[in-house]
Amino acid sequence: MCAMTSPSQSPSEAPSPAAPPDGAVAVPGTAGLVGRSPGQLMWRRFRRDRTGVVSAWIVLFFFVVALAAPLISLLYGKDPTTTYGLNEPGLLNQYGYPVRPNGGISGEFWFGVEPTLGRDVLTQLVYGIRTSLLIAAAATVLCVLTGIVVGVTAGYVGGRTDYFLGRFIDLLLAFPAQLSFVAFTPVVYSLFVSPGKETPTYLRVITLILVLWVLGWMGLARLLRGQVLSLREREFIEAAKVTGASPWRIITKELLPNLWTPILVQATLMLPTTVTIEAGLSFIGVGILEPTPDWGRMFANGAKYYESDITYIFFPGLAMIVFVVAFNLLGDSVRDAFDPRTRR
Amino acid sequence: MLRFLARRTLGAIVIILLISAITFFLFFALPAEPALMSCGKNCTADSLAVINKNLGLDQPVPVQYWHYMVGLFAGRDLTVGHCPAPCFGYSFSNQQPVWGTIVDRFPTTLSITLGGAAVFLTVGVGIGMLAAAFRGTWIDKAVSSLSLLGNALQIYFVGVIALAVLVSGLHWMDNPAYYPITENPVKWFTGMIIPWLVLSIIFIANYSRMTRSQMIEQLAEDHVRTARAKGLGRRTVFFRYAWRGAMAPIVTIFGIDLGSLFGGAIITEFTFSLHGLGRLAVSSVSETDLPTLMAVMLVGCTAIVVANIVVDAAYAFIDPRVRLA
Repeated sequence: MCAMTSPSQSPSEAPSPAAPPDGAVAVPGTAGLVGRSPGQLMWRRFRRDRTGVVSAWIVLFFFVVALAAPLISLLYGKDPTTTYGLNEPGLLNQYGYPVRPNGGISGEFWFGVEPTLGRDVLTQLVYGIRTSLLIAAAATVLCVLTGIVVGVTAGYVGGRTDYFLGRFIDLLLAFPAQLSFVAFTPVVYSLFVSPGKETPTYLRVITLILVLWVLGWMGLARLLRGQVLSLREREFIEAAKVTGASPWRIITKELLPNLWTPILVQATLMLPTTVTIEAGLSFIGVGILEPTPDWGRMFANGAKYYESDITYIFFPGLAMIVFVVAFNLLGDSVRDAFDPRTRR
Repeated sequence: MLRFLARRTLGAIVIILLISAITFFLFFALPAEPALMSCGKNCTADSLAVINKNLGLDQPVPVQYWHYMVGLFAGRDLTVGHCPAPCFGYSFSNQQPVWGTIVDRFPTTLSITLGGAAVFLTVGVGIGMLAAAFRGTWIDKAVSSLSLLGNALQIYFVGVIALAVLVSGLHWMDNPAYYPITENPVKWFTGMIIPWLVLSIIFIANYSRMTRSQMIEQLAEDHVRTARAKGLGRRTVFFRYAWRGAMAPIVTIFGIDLGSLFGGAIITEFTFSLHGLGRLAVSSVSETDLPTLMAVMLVGCTAIVVANIVVDAAYAFIDPRVRLA
């Protein structure tokens, strides 16, 4: 796992001559030895990784866009649901496609106008990113928490608990993931709403989070279990046990600090994957439905319109590529910063 | 080897039984009234009772599950008629035997998966080996950047672009469609090219990156160094020694990917309007056709479990250090 390399680790980014190679050793400068916590060291290493910093800004940008969607909509003066193309003549032609070239991009509609309904593409995308990103973020947080609890429990308690948790993980992993997302989503809907009735959007959101959560935490749990198994035998844990520390204290004060690296790295890898899964579900029509904007459903619309208006699909498409690439680069950089040994 | 296979098969059967039970209970026990789903909007109490009786839904769920499992192996008699051996019941939406639909749809999924997998495995591994052989050069950097980009691509984006460029833009190809290979191999091939291409683009990134890092790891191993030290040619060392070791993890991932694709390459099928198992799952979801959904789930998880066993067995052939017990 750690052997994977990425272009972000290219040797071209030489550290500034004044700094030690990795910042891993305390600087023997004029002020004498300076003690630094692992967190500070990690932060120093991360700040020097230009690719990592740039991708962190991009990732941050996406989150800001998602959270500030109403503000953006207010400043820009459009909202994602108004059908401008139908209300104002001259935007869409008689076939429902934008009159202006390139999907109707203009000073008023920066990303163009959606075919048929004539909604504004920019606000659709901004609100779509908001929906998908928040669902994925919630699911990821739940997955990470569950992964930590199950993984640490299995690894630390061991014995029968470990065995049964392990078999449970095996079982969940044998579920065909994509198929299960598709198949179980309506089951959970019907858990909340009696059949034949409309499912309100907030229940759809909760359902998606739930399904993504239940089938998403196993990888991290398994990884952490392995880490805990090897950490458990180390001297410092034994020392803590001998001094009479409670299991809770050992787990929170001794084990968890040593697990933040895999947790953070896995979380940064998990989030973009979850976003693409959520988008995929909405794309095939079992996720978020109209009229709530959704990143994935924009692809479904784009697939409908591509023969006459190819511009439309490029906005969600390029946004997603930038998002996933930035997130993956960030994950690589975080791993490098935490664990300089993986640098090749 | 035999003992290994027997043990793993037994484990697989347990897993499949458990998954089928969980899926069955979720599908048939959770919704307050499964029959209501197949009854439509204007549904009277009488027609509901008839549906319940016809489908055996008036019985307790464990009994239903038992009948279902028996029907799978021995067939069963339903009110609609006799349902022969692999009986997955009758579809709620079109009242046809589910097994017939599965058999009808599976070749499409099989074609997409096998063709696509052949392309992405050979090209992905090839590119990864190239990058490992020319490590640190511009080839390596180009491969790394491309795999980063490929990793971020989604079928629902690239697929549409491919359709726009190759079909409606340049008119090089017709819309992707499935023709049985037995009837018209040429049409089968041309109809599948775009799905294979798009599916491959997504997977190649992953495979080339993994192959590269595995090869680099293997090339640093002691036995590879020994081989080089005793004067074996570069080519022999690279292909016979390093490659063999590097392939073991790749085969594992490949088996898992293949298994999950067999259960329905859902997004690919949806993007190209191909009627495979994945598409069937999606349509049975929107029609709340539980028997069909259940059958697709069973086929999907069987494919994954079987793929896992095959992979573990293949491991022993690739890497002689692995002993199966």
